[in-house]
Amino acid sequence: MVDVTPVIALVGNPNVGKSALFNVLTGARQKIGNYPGVTVERKVGRLPLGDTYAELLDLPGAYSLDSTSLDEQVTRDIILGRQTGQRRPDILAVVADASNLESHLRFALELKALNLPMILILNMSDLAARDGLELSPQYLIDQLDIPVIETVAVRRRGLDEFSAACQSLLAKIDMSEEALAIDDQQLDSLFSEDIRASFAKHSKSLAKGTVVSETLTREWSRALDNVLLHPMGGILVLLAIMFLMFQAVYAWSGPPMDLIEAGFEAVGGYVDGAMADGFIKSFLVNAIIAGVGSVLVFLPQILILFFFILLLESTGYMTRAAFVMDRLMGMVGLSGHSFIPLLSSFACAIPGIMATRSISDQKDRLTTILIAPLMTCSARLPVYTMIIGAFIPAHDVGGGVGLQGLVLLGLYIAGILGAMIAALLLRRSVTKGASSGFLMEMPRYQWPRLRDILIGLWQRAWVFLRRAGTIIFAATVVLWLLLTYPKVPIDDPAYEGVSQVDYSIAGRIAGTIEPVVAPIGFNRDIALALIPAMAAREVAVAALATAYAIDGEDEDKVSATLGQKLSGQWSLATALAFLAWFVFAPQCISTIAVTRRETNGWKWPIFMLSYLFALAYVAAGVTYWSAVAFGLG
Amino acid sequence: MKVDVNANRLQIVTMQLDSLPLKQKMRIASIDWSQISETEGKRLRALGIEIGASVEALHRGILFWRDPIAVRVGRMSIAMRSKTAAAIICEANDNG
Repeated sequence: MVDVTPVIALVGNPNVGKSALFNVLTGARQKIGNYPGVTVERKVGRLPLGDTYAELLDLPGAYSLDSTSLDEQVTRDIILGRQTGQRRPDILAVVADASNLESHLRFALELKALNLPMILILNMSDLAARDGLELSPQYLIDQLDIPVIETVAVRRRGLDEFSAACQSLLAKIDMSEEALAIDDQQLDSLFSEDIRASFAKHSKSLAKGTVVSETLTREWSRALDNVLLHPMGGILVLLAIMFLMFQAVYAWSGPPMDLIEAGFEAVGGYVDGAMADGFIKSFLVNAIIAGVGSVLVFLPQILILFFFILLLESTGYMTRAAFVMDRLMGMVGLSGHSFIPLLSSFACAIPGIMATRSISDQKDRLTTILIAPLMTCSARLPVYTMIIGAFIPAHDVGGGVGLQGLVLLGLYIAGILGAMIAALLLRRSVTKGASSGFLMEMPRYQWPRLRDILIGLWQRAWVFLRRAGTIIFAATVVLWLLLTYPKVPIDDPAYEGVSQVDYSIAGRIAGTIEPVVAPIGFNRDIALALIPAMAAREVAVAALATAYAIDGEDEDKVSATLGQKLSGQWSLATALAFLAWFVFAPQCISTIAVTRRETNGWKWPIFMLSYLFALAYVAAGVTYWSAVAFGLG
Repeated sequence: MKVDVNANRLQIVTMQLDSLPLKQKMRIASIDWSQISETEGKRLRALGIEIGASVEALHRGILFWRDPIAVRVGRMSIAMRSKTAAAIICEANDNG
C-alpha cells in the first residue's frame, strides 16, 4: 500500500440511510466543514480498517452524475477528482436502499460505467425484509462482479464485512491522485437517451433477479400517508406539529434555563465578593458573566427547536410537510422545496440558507435565501423573551393561553407574513422567472435514530457555543471597553451626576446615532445596543445587560434584573417598536457572510441588507406611532 | 382521454397522469418532454419516470386544490405538480 490515507466515499441517492451508515462507521471520529469555494457540507470521518484507517467521505445525496443541483454537482466533481481540496476517492461505496433496488441501482450502474473500484451496499435490509422482500445479494455479485454487502446501519450489521471488503479491495488497487481521465463529452454520452434506457432496463432486470420473493406490504407507511397527506388532515397535522414545536420551546426550556441563569448568577456573585474592585473584576462580572451569560441562557431553547427539526427530518415527515405546503408556497411564487430551508431558518438562517442548495431552480433558490432571515430564528428569542417578559403582563387570556405567548406567536406570524409578501414582490421583480416545479421523492417513514439526532444536536450546540465564545464574546468585550472608557472624572464636581454610559465612547457614538432612530421611538440605550448587535442579534441583550450593569455599578447592590430595569425606563411603545425592528432587521454577520458565499458575490447580500433594514425601520416606526396614538407612549 | 395512435395495439385508452383515478396501477406510455423544462426532465428521468415504468396515483391535492399529487413509481413515492403530471401519458398495465 502507498503511504497516503486511502479515501472511501459513500455515494447514493438521498434517503438511502447514507448518513446513518456514516455515523455508525465513523462513530465520533468525524468532522464537518465546507469544500473550498462551495458551501456544501464536507462530512469526513475516520473509518477503522484493521490496524490502519481510511478517510470516509459522506457525499451529498444524488440521483445521477447528470447534476441538477449544487449538491449533485459537488458529488460528481468529487467522484471525478475535479473538486479542489479533495483527493479523488479510491473506492466508491455505493449505498442503495435494499427495498428500492430498481430505482437505486440505476445510479450504481451509471457509476460502474466509470470503471472505478466499487463496493455496493444494500442498506436497510431489515426494512426490506419487513417490506416483504427476500433478497439474494449473490445474484448481484455474479452479475456486476463487485463486492456486495448487506447492512443495517441502525443495528450495526454488516459493518465488519464492509471494512473487510474495503481492505481487500484496497490491497488490489493502485491509489492515484489524478483526476479521472474522462472529459465532458464522454460523460455526457452516459446520459444519452439510449444509455439511460439501457441502465433503466438493466437495473430493472437486476432488481428482479435479486428479489427472490416479494409481497407488497409497506402498509404502515401507506396508512400514515393517508392521514399526513390528506387534503384536510394533512394540513391540520402540520399545524399541530408546528404548534407543539413552538410550545415545547417554551414549556421544556424553563428548568434548564433557570439552572444556567442561577449558575451564572452564583459565579458572578462569587467573583463579586471574592475580588477587589478594579479593572479585572469589572471585566469579569460585567463583560463576561453578564454579557456572555445572558446569551448562553438560550441554549436550551435552541436545542429544543433543533431537536424537532432533526426529528422531522429523520422520520421522513419533512418531505410530507413540503408536499402539504407546496400549493400555498406556490401562491407567492415558491414551491414546497423552499419549505424545508425556511423551517430550518426558524432555528437559524445559516443552515436554512445552506439547505437551499437542494433547490434546483436558481430563481427559487435565490428568493428563498433572501427571505430566510425573516423566519424568526433562535437568536431573536433572547431579545423577544426579554422584552416580552419585561413589558407584557403574564395575563391568562382564557383557556390556559397566556398573553405573553400570544405576543410571541404574533411576532412569528409577522415574520412569516413579511417573508411571504417579500417573496411575492421579489418573484415579480428581481427574481422574476417562470414558476418552478415541485418534484421530490417522499421516502418511506422511519423510526428516528436517537444516536443520529444526538450527534446532530451536539453539532448544533457546538456551533452555538463557538459563536458565543467568539463573535458574541468579542462584540461584548469591545462594547464593554467602549462603555468603560473614558471614565467619568469622579473628583471633578462639574461631572456630578453624569452617567458613565453617557460619558463613554460607546455612549457618545450612540448619541450621534440616536437622532436617526429617535423618530421610530428608539432611545439612546437602543441605539447603543443596535451597533454591536450587527454581529449577532443576541448581542443586543448582552449589550443592554452590560450597559445597565456598568451604570448600576455605583448603586448599592443592584438586584433588579435586566427586565425590571428596562420596564422602568422604556415606554411600552418603544418596547413594541424594538420588537418590530427585530422581526425584520438583518442583524447577523454570519447570515450576511453565508449569503455572500452562496450567491457568489456582494450584490445579493447588499440587496438583502438594504431591503430588510428599510422594512425594519418602517415596521418599527409604524408600530411606535400607532402605539403612541393609542396612548401607550 | 384520447386514443394513442402510436401504440402498436389498436384502441388503447390513455390518460394523463394528473387525472388517473387514485390507487389504480398504470404504465407510462409516453412523455411529452416539450411540456417539461430541461432540469425538471433530468430530475424526472433520475427518479425513474420513463416510458414503461409502472405508476399509481396515491394522493391528490391539499385543501381545495387538486395540486400537488403523490405518485408511486416503482417502489418510490414521488411528489409532483399536476402540470408536470399532465405531460405524462399512461396506459393500462397489462401485467395487472
